[in-house]
Amino acid sequence: MAKRIDVSGLSAFYGNHKAIDDISMTIEPRSVTAFIGPSGCGKSTFLRTLNRMHEVTPGGRVEGKVLLDDENLYGANVDPVAVRRTVGMVFQRPNPFPTMSIFDNVAAGLRLNGTVKKSELGDVVERSLKGANLWNEVKDRLNKPGSGLSGGQQQRLCIARAIAVEPQVLLMDEPCSALDPISTLAIEDLIGELKERFTIVIVTHNMQQAARVSDRTAFFNLAAVGQPGKLIEIDETERIFSNPSVQATEDYISGRFG
Amino acid sequence: MSHVIQDRPVRSATPATLTRGGLPRWAPAGIAALSAALGCGIGLAADLHSKVQWGLLAAILFVLITYTASSVVENRRQAKDRVATSMVWVCFVLAVVPLLSLIWTTVSRGLKVLDAYFLTHSMKGVVGFQPGGGVYHALLGTIEQVLLATLIAAPIGLLTAVYLVEYGRGSLAKAVTFFVDVMTGIPSIVAGLFILTTWNLMLGFGPSGFAGSMALAILMMPVVVRSTEEMLKLVPNELREASLALGVPKWRTILKVVLPTAIGGIATGVMLAVARITGETAPIMLLVFGSQLINNNPFEGAQSSLPLYIWEQYKVGSADSYDRAWAAALVLIAFVMILNLVARGIARWKAPKTGR
Amino acid sequence: MSFTPTQIDTAPPVSRSEQSTGRAGDKIFSGLSKGSGILLLVIMASIAAFLTYRAVLALSKNEGNFLTTFDWNASANPPVFGIAVLLFGTVVSSIIAMVIAVPVAVGIALFISHYAPRRLAGPLAYVVDLLAAVPSIIYGIWGALFLVPQLGGLNLWLDEYFGWTYVFDKTQVGVARSLFTVGILLAIMILPIVTSVSREVFRQVPRMNEEAALALGATRWEVVRMAVLPFGRSGVISASMLGLGRALGETMAVATVLSPSFLISLHVLNPGGGTFAQNIAAKFDEANEFGRDALIASGLVLFLLTLLVNGAARFIIARHKEFSGANA
Repeated sequence: MAKRIDVSGLSAFYGNHKAIDDISMTIEPRSVTAFIGPSGCGKSTFLRTLNRMHEVTPGGRVEGKVLLDDENLYGANVDPVAVRRTVGMVFQRPNPFPTMSIFDNVAAGLRLNGTVKKSELGDVVERSLKGANLWNEVKDRLNKPGSGLSGGQQQRLCIARAIAVEPQVLLMDEPCSALDPISTLAIEDLIGELKERFTIVIVTHNMQQAARVSDRTAFFNLAAVGQPGKLIEIDETERIFSNPSVQATEDYISGRFG
Repeated sequence: MSHVIQDRPVRSATPATLTRGGLPRWAPAGIAALSAALGCGIGLAADLHSKVQWGLLAAILFVLITYTASSVVENRRQAKDRVATSMVWVCFVLAVVPLLSLIWTTVSRGLKVLDAYFLTHSMKGVVGFQPGGGVYHALLGTIEQVLLATLIAAPIGLLTAVYLVEYGRGSLAKAVTFFVDVMTGIPSIVAGLFILTTWNLMLGFGPSGFAGSMALAILMMPVVVRSTEEMLKLVPNELREASLALGVPKWRTILKVVLPTAIGGIATGVMLAVARITGETAPIMLLVFGSQLINNNPFEGAQSSLPLYIWEQYKVGSADSYDRAWAAALVLIAFVMILNLVARGIARWKAPKTGR
Repeated sequence: MSFTPTQIDTAPPVSRSEQSTGRAGDKIFSGLSKGSGILLLVIMASIAAFLTYRAVLALSKNEGNFLTTFDWNASANPPVFGIAVLLFGTVVSSIIAMVIAVPVAVGIALFISHYAPRRLAGPLAYVVDLLAAVPSIIYGIWGALFLVPQLGGLNLWLDEYFGWTYVFDKTQVGVARSLFTVGILLAIMILPIVTSVSREVFRQVPRMNEEAALALGATRWEVVRMAVLPFGRSGVISASMLGLGRALGETMAVATVLSPSFLISLHVLNPGGGTFAQNIAAKFDEANEFGRDALIASGLVLFLLTLLVNGAARFIIARHKEFSGANA
């Protein structure tokens, strides 16, 4: 199910501005990798290059390679639509489709491909909602609009929507930053369960969260405002938080800047 | 919970590969050129007279070829996407062609007789189907009527908007909001009929510029109310509270803080409303009656106006009167466009400066 | 939206004497603004009342049936007039206009908001807004002097290939001064207004909803269908109703293009037919006082028709509110 990601020599641009510079790393399957770093260091931009969402931004373009197992996402003839289908994403603010019911929100991705029969659709929606620990809360109101749920529930709805299409990789862009502590805890527990099936990459501002949920942590930094962000180091989470090999990482983690 | 999920057989819907066959990047442009050529070719070969048919043929071919090419080389979803894109482009072209043609026709035909003489003379002593004459009396009439209408409608509209935003509570405000909406939908000829019924038939006044102004004012009021309301709602409450907290009475707060902040947007709204009523013909036809002579007094006697002048010249139906109609149309368009551009200029210049 | 603090300076320093006038000033000002609101209501009420009064006068002397008579001799003695033809012509020409204009307008709105290259989109939106301000009389003379000759070929074509549909069967020879041409002209006229309202709605679709669709692996069209169109639906409906209102009440563009006749025919390519507004414009000059009352009666029906359309729009929008995305 889950696939390994190999990034080599990746740079991303907004127009003429270089946002991230020459990043190489390996992301292991069936694990949680966290990206941390100060604001503007390009961790979210980098995340969005992993499913070709970066190029959706006007002026966005990418140089370098991202291998999903052995296939380059940026190779010739690669269909960005197929890439995004394979690499799912959860956003910073919960964004269920406001015009759709809860059921339709989860089914949205499946209906695109038309591969799932109508009779099976209900099963898949139920399974996905259970997978997102939301089933018990919404099973009686599947036909109500998704925007009527609380923030934390909406975010879990978005996770259900993302996992319903059975992606290989799940990208999460600060999924808890708009949520209260209890909802955050629910999502963190969920991430722990999901990593048995998916390769998970999570961007977070919250270092405790990175320490709690991730297996490996990557630290990004930028030399100065306006300079491109760089990968400083990536290692086992425990090592990053106890004994990082770069001074800047230790400074950031101990709260000396950022 | 996760074990529950895992022991189910997971049938992956993931595509086996990320790549697909693709049309080259120049494909849409190429297909467009090909269909345009085919459209013209078929048009010529089948001896179709009007270019409308050529264009429609090309448009249909464009969509069809795009769909076929994409479903052969790519997949069905991709083909649908491409068809949607090509339809959107076709819509755009379909709409732009007549609108450009309208502007082009007006400008090219209007310039024929439009000169200083045309702008400074009336139709006095000119036989309708012969050349000569001008538009001065109509221009004067339009300016007077629109000015009067604005003098009536702008204060009422403005105050109503202030009432709705600053004071309005309860059922009266709801009723006003509702009927402003209804009023927006009144056909201009119905507004004309209303003034005709009351002012002319019941009170016994004859046709005059002022009668037309009243009908125009009815059409203008709801537009002013709506746009002013929008602008007043954009004024942040903090400003009002800051002023009230200084002990400024509410009416002075509105006059000195709220209205000045929104004045750019309000002016824009009023000018757009003016531009809209300037082109109204129907009520003028019923109420102002039309005249070949200069009448400076909008309160007595028939006047002319630009739209009405165009209509009269069109009805005469000779080549020379058509020339005059187009020239007057050009003057009217220029008038309306200048109002619009100035209004939008004000909007940009006076736009509240935001923090970022 | 955050304002620069300097704007608060527009509040002038308040002296004691001014404060004392606060009460009275407040009363006067709020009274004035409330009065304007009430005045608006009075105007609306009197429009309905006076038109109805004159219409009743006219109907009481009508020798024909107001609803079914195919004729308009209101100035004759005895007067005979009926609105059947006008109602038919108004509705049919407006329907043709809507069928053509709404899809095209949605297309252009999507083009501007989601498809056009960014450098093109801004100026385009601006031009469409300007075109919405072109007066209808200019559309009218353009339609009569330019569009009518151009549409001759299209009419022959429709007659030849789609004549079997009955609707497009052209049984009379003659220039294209038909309800169909009127419909096309009305469609061109209302395009800018429907486009600019729809475009505004499409532009307000939250970026994050579109990204959600993209991240699920949707093509651009699927993004539009999943996130943009459902979000904009009620906006498009109200834009269409705005356009329909204009088409129903349009006077000059119809009066210039149509060659009127008091016949009802579904052969929309044949010249003939009439609309409420066009009939008022055409018959007004020669009408005596009673004839004017009859025209006022037809104007009242037009007024009610537009009210009905506006009411329907409101109802549709209200019904979709729960899923409108307004609370997102």
